[in-house]
Amino acid sequence: MLLTVLNVVVGGLIMGGIYALISMGLSMQYGVARILNVSHGEFIMLGAFFTWALHTAAGINPLLCVAICAPPIFLLGFALHRTIYKRLRDVTRVSGLFEGNAMLVSFGLMFVIKNIALMRWGSSPKGYSFMAYSVEFGGAVFSANRLLVLAFAVCVSAAFYVFLNRSRLGKAIRAASQDAQAAALFGIKINRVMAICFGIGALLAGIAGVLLSMIYQINTAMGMNYTIIAIIVVVLGGLGSIPGSLIGGFALGLIGSVVAYIEPSLQLVAYYVIIMALLLVRPKGILGR
Amino acid sequence: MGNPGLRLDMKKSVPFAIVAAALAAVAFLPRFASAYSVVFCSSVIMYAALSLSYAMFSGPTGYVSLATAAFFGVGIYTSAFFGKSLPLPALMIAGGVFSSVIAFAVGAITLRLRGVYFTIFTFGLVELLKHFVLWTETTFAGTRGRTVASFGSVTVFYCMLALLTALLLAAFLLRRSRVGKALSAIGESEDAAAHIGINTTAVKLLAFSLSSFAMGAAGAVMATRWAYIDPGIAFNSLMSFMPALMAIFGGTDRLLGPVAGAIVFAALEEQLITRFPSLYMIIFGAIMIAAILFMPSGVTGLIRRRPAKRKEDVPVGDS
Repeated sequence: MLLTVLNVVVGGLIMGGIYALISMGLSMQYGVARILNVSHGEFIMLGAFFTWALHTAAGINPLLCVAICAPPIFLLGFALHRTIYKRLRDVTRVSGLFEGNAMLVSFGLMFVIKNIALMRWGSSPKGYSFMAYSVEFGGAVFSANRLLVLAFAVCVSAAFYVFLNRSRLGKAIRAASQDAQAAALFGIKINRVMAICFGIGALLAGIAGVLLSMIYQINTAMGMNYTIIAIIVVVLGGLGSIPGSLIGGFALGLIGSVVAYIEPSLQLVAYYVIIMALLLVRPKGILGR
Repeated sequence: MGNPGLRLDMKKSVPFAIVAAALAAVAFLPRFASAYSVVFCSSVIMYAALSLSYAMFSGPTGYVSLATAAFFGVGIYTSAFFGKSLPLPALMIAGGVFSSVIAFAVGAITLRLRGVYFTIFTFGLVELLKHFVLWTETTFAGTRGRTVASFGSVTVFYCMLALLTALLLAAFLLRRSRVGKALSAIGESEDAAAHIGINTTAVKLLAFSLSSFAMGAAGAVMATRWAYIDPGIAFNSLMSFMPALMAIFGGTDRLLGPVAGAIVFAALEEQLITRFPSLYMIIFGAIMIAAILFMPSGVTGLIRRRPAKRKEDVPVGDS
């Protein structure tokens, strides 16, 4: 019994770590740039496939891939905001309209990125084996790569949190998330901060993708499920709240792990029930303003 | 249509007559055209009906609803359950009624959500229904999919055409009615609309249920064209995006904008989807982005800008 509980909890924490990463990314993009980026999962997919390609073709260690994949994915996100979303912001002045249109644009992006990947890599699942030996931990057995992923996710989350709270740029980002116009009046280059936030969001998704590829099989259609989960977590924690995403990610990972233990096919249904119930009771999320 | 009320003067009845003539001409299509083009035209009409019903609610209010696939899927499952015992028109009505009942229930609790929250919820509804139906089917019926009774492509064609005609009429009347004006007012400023005494919840709920009726009816008809359905086919989220994109591309300000968008994309899909499915989706996505960035009021918005000065000054939903 105790062993089962330990298994379920650690399994939930591992998933929760990944969820927290991707949700913080989405939260950055929505909180500052006001874009509910539905193509978020596609950046996860890109990170996973870059890693797979680098590992199988050149034999590069997947952990090193984090460093290799991070800059191009950040730049991709940065450039997308600079070109597309910047223009959309100039075209639509009403903020409610901007949010709706930005979301539809990101749906368009999702179709484009996913299908380019599909043309390049096909639809069959891919995978590789990395650190696939087991470790005993309090009587329960876990594979080493999963524990590594959990540790890595926690480290990245912590580093990101410190960056937001301690650095000058982090301060600018937090100011922009509170009130973009006021922040701009205080001399913060708002378009640049928004593009950086969008880039960071893509970057966190990319890192999550690298980590996912170490423990699961990947395929070009994997993005959407993670997008949905990220949206659920972000709504759960409050749109735009970074600590909310962190807590929400781990909470959803644990809930998912428990539900999956009882009835695996109802995992997504449980997520939706949670999100819908929450939207109705507290639309601003647990830690939302 | 700047002038409310139902009086039709000569100038306004011309486009009305053109639309009626076009629909009548399409009605004779099965007599001359090949079986294949009848099937193709049914798809075009289906997309036109879906994007028109999307635009009916989302156009004036600005609430982006991605629940189209959910109501379409409810219609599909209506046909799957009752297809063997009911005639097609009855299935249409049943599908429509089921959809609007669900829309009413869902709308009653969600239409107080605004902006992206509402959109997330409607999108979640599709996935929730998909997984829920899949789970009930595998658990209680012991199967993944179902077979659907067929009624022949000509019957499907006429049912879809009747639906589109009714929908055009309904959308036309809705725009000129007090409810239509109220919807536009909500789209401009919901708080202001509430302040001047509009019961915003009731109005939104009415329009949302009405538009979902047509989606469910369309699903009930189209289901009979596929011999086999499963939750993945019935609740395909692409069916939420296509009507939205078609309506945005065509322009939701104008009654025929969504229809124009539907024709363009149905033709594009027909040309590309079987040969280059990935390429089609890339083009689809790219046009979606370009349409939002460069044509905020759609194709019909571009046309209107130049010669329309003498006809109407202020289109409904844009004023």
